[in-house]
Amino acid sequence: MLLAYQLALESDLITAHMVEAVEFPELSNKYQVMGVPRTVIDETVHIEGAYPEPMFMQEFAKLLK
Amino acid sequence: MALLNEGIRTEVRAALADVRQPVTFKVFTQTFECQYCKETRELVEEVAALSDKISVEVYDFEKDKAVADSLGIDKIPAVAVVGAKDYGIRMFGIPSGYEFGSLIESIKLVSEGKSGLSPDTKKAVAKLTKPVKIQVFITPT
Repeated sequence: MLLAYQLALESDLITAHMVEAVEFPELSNKYQVMGVPRTVIDETVHIEGAYPEPMFMQEFAKLLK
Repeated sequence: MALLNEGIRTEVRAALADVRQPVTFKVFTQTFECQYCKETRELVEEVAALSDKISVEVYDFEKDKAVADSLGIDKIPAVAVVGAKDYGIRMFGIPSGYEFGSLIESIKLVSEGKSGLSPDTKKAVAKLTKPVKIQVFITPT
């Protein structure tokens, strides 16, 4: 979670939302949340588990293509 | 009844001792508060009470719809953590358990205005040309 907050801080274009899965079952269902943390970047990139910064950024880079 | 016990309050007070620049929690709830809305509001109020640099603004999701819209709040309970400017940090649902630590870290981040990310990450992020929304689903364990 912290990494997402850091990214939001770094860029004016990035917003970081924590979503408590139990309180928002419809959203959790929509994004097929089976385990947490599950990160959804825009609607396209999905990350399971807590990735360290370099690995997270490899996934993030898919957005830049 | 307080959500934070004295031990946690002492820890948080120490963690927030270095917070220099003002931070505001903009919390969105409703007139008849849902259970988590009430607990979320109380939680951020209790945290804010531990530092004179932190303030809380309570909004009604329906009556203050214009404010909610301007901050991209589309569901409640919601908290926007805002510093000198709005960096886009939002919490939907109660930030408890492990995420309570992230809440405290978010205060320090927006207060300092520095991400602490690696140079490589900063370089990658600088290439963005359109808005990006990162949603992290968590549970309060």
